[in-house]
Amino acid sequence: MKILVPLKRVPDPATTIRILADGTGIATDNVKWVINPFDEIAIEEALRIKERLKTGEVVLLTIGQSNWQEQLRTGLAMGADRAKLVVNDQPLDTLAIARVIAKIVAEEQPQLVILGKQAIDDDSNQVGQMLAELLGWPQATFASKVDIEGERCTVIREVDGGLETVAFPLPAVITTDLRLNEPRYASLPGIMKARKKELKEIPIGSLGLDLTPKLKIKELKAPPKRQAGRKVGSVEELVKLLHEEAKLI
Amino acid sequence: MGDVLVFAEYQHEHFPKSTLVAINAGLEMARKRGVQCVVAVLGENLDALAQKAARYGAAKVIALEHPALKNYLADAHAQALANLVKTIGAEYVMATATARGKDLMPRLAARLEAPMASDIITINDDGSVIRPMYAGNGMALVEMDGPVKVITVRSTAFDAAPESSSPSPVEKAAANIDQASLKMEFVGFNEIKSDRPQLTEARIVISGGRGLKSGENFTTVLEPLVDVVGAAMGASRAAVDAGFVPNDLQVGQTGKVVAPDLYIAVGISGAIQHLAGMKDSKVIVAINKDEEAPIFSVADYGLVADLFKAIPEMTEEVRKLKQA
Ligand SMILES: Cc1cc2nc3c(=O)[nH]c(=O)nc-3n(C[C@H](O)[C@H](O)[C@H](O)COP(=O)(O)OP(=O)(O)OC[C@H]3O[C@@H](n4cnc5c(N)ncnc54)[C@H](O)[C@@H]3O)c2cc1C
Ligand SMILES: Nc1ncnc2c1ncn2[C@@H]1O[C@H](COP(=O)(O)O)[C@@H](O)[C@H]1O
Repeated sequence: MKILVPLKRVPDPATTIRILADGTGIATDNVKWVINPFDEIAIEEALRIKERLKTGEVVLLTIGQSNWQEQLRTGLAMGADRAKLVVNDQPLDTLAIARVIAKIVAEEQPQLVILGKQAIDDDSNQVGQMLAELLGWPQATFASKVDIEGERCTVIREVDGGLETVAFPLPAVITTDLRLNEPRYASLPGIMKARKKELKEIPIGSLGLDLTPKLKIKELKAPPKRQAGRKVGSVEELVKLLHEEAKLI
Repeated sequence: MGDVLVFAEYQHEHFPKSTLVAINAGLEMARKRGVQCVVAVLGENLDALAQKAARYGAAKVIALEHPALKNYLADAHAQALANLVKTIGAEYVMATATARGKDLMPRLAARLEAPMASDIITINDDGSVIRPMYAGNGMALVEMDGPVKVITVRSTAFDAAPESSSPSPVEKAAANIDQASLKMEFVGFNEIKSDRPQLTEARIVISGGRGLKSGENFTTVLEPLVDVVGAAMGASRAAVDAGFVPNDLQVGQTGKVVAPDLYIAVGISGAIQHLAGMKDSKVIVAINKDEEAPIFSVADYGLVADLFKAIPEMTEEVRKLKQA
């Protein structure tokens, strides 16, 4: 089975994000860039499915600048077979990203596309669902377990109030939640092999899509800072304050 | 200019607070745009639900009925809702950023070729919106172009719609669905039942982290405090990942966002991803044995203590108070 995994390069979740004073974005000095954590989980799931079925191909895709190669190489080092980089340096909205992925899906004809549920920079949580609709495919978002038997896929989803199970025929779109798996690290031999794996760059203009963003970020501001309060000396004092001062207990 | 259409999610024939929040945000958007707010309920046999939805001041409630809408599935729901958007010529389609809202609305947006803003916290007079990014480290002012715009709202950022004195008119409409195009099947829902208040609706939330060390300690140490206070229980990702508590208790950037009157973080370090889900709470209490823990930087009241000593003590103190 061929599985396509679209991935995004984001600031490491441990990075302290600083907003630029002019409101145009975040300060990028001292930022360590990584594969979006949910997309790492997507790569891992794709590799496990391939390993389970003992056949197939895992293809990575990113839409970004040339230096996003680095994250694709990391994914290849984890074990993915090859990668595509759609080179772009214009701002794109989520629908445009979904359109580009849909175009690559038309070329590659994968039976499964696994994405992260959310990119931890824009926190949109949209692209997978949009892609599923553009393709007319079923979707299973927030997956915490994926089972594939023949052409049928069963997914357990993390939803409000519990776990939901849905099923559908392939091809389909799945987005990952945190508890789907624990991504492996790239091994040293994996890193060596990754250097020789195919990584194809495609200029975004060659796709012939109208990608004019309909959603624009006009300004990015830092949120108001919360004032730290005080330390209390004992449980007794804490309960007293909550009762008498805050009047909450 | 088209109307505002609100998707009204329900569970067990009941509209949770998160749905009333979507209706209120829809009413606010309609007021600011000088248009009407219409509420859509999707499902089967909707008479009673539609009457309930009519209590919150919308210009109209539309009940879309179809057997394919019996259980929530993204493909059928997106299709039915998109058709309704086109029929009534809505300009804004809104829902709350619940698991279902997050699942459905992007699919709907793609079907309508519309832009979408997720998890918004402010509606401006010109229809632009503000939404958090980077785990709440940035607030983005967002503008959308096009005849239709799709929005999910953050449930903590808007009040629930109050009951109105006059009920909205209810209309039934047959959902327009091409059944041959539907491929998804609902298999089952393993619901986690709890007698405690809902995490996203509670006035007080007490969350436990890795510091609790086990699921058993959640039950024997934390839950007695949760119950004597009458709080909802939450957790950090670390506690959920370790299997101490179910996943739907996770508070944070990639879990639930809560903003109760009182949030008590127990044995939680205060990673940015956790803060993203609770730092708008009115009063924050942190109990942690490490005085350097980042959670103290947002806490109104911080107690540096071993939770295994402090929590039973606190439970006892509160019990005494309640008995007095
Ligand atoms: C993509 C991504 C998404 C994430 N999303 C979320 C999210 O939505 N929500 C979330 O919470 N996290 C999320 N995280 C994880 C987050 O980064 C932290 O790892 C997590 O919040 C830590 O949980 P914790 O505070 O319980 O554990 P720890 O960081 O291990 O902290 C445990 C705390 O308990 C204290 N402690 C230990 N023993 C005691 C004791 N006896 N008495 C008192 N205190 C004690 C310690 O001092 C410590 O401060 C995410 C991470 C990533 C990468
Ligand atoms: N620029 C991109 N290139 C490739 N995949 C992307 C890109 N942006 C988002 N994605 C995918 O879409 C998922 C959801 O992103 P978002 O909807 O932006 O939160 C991510 O986890 C990725 O799998």
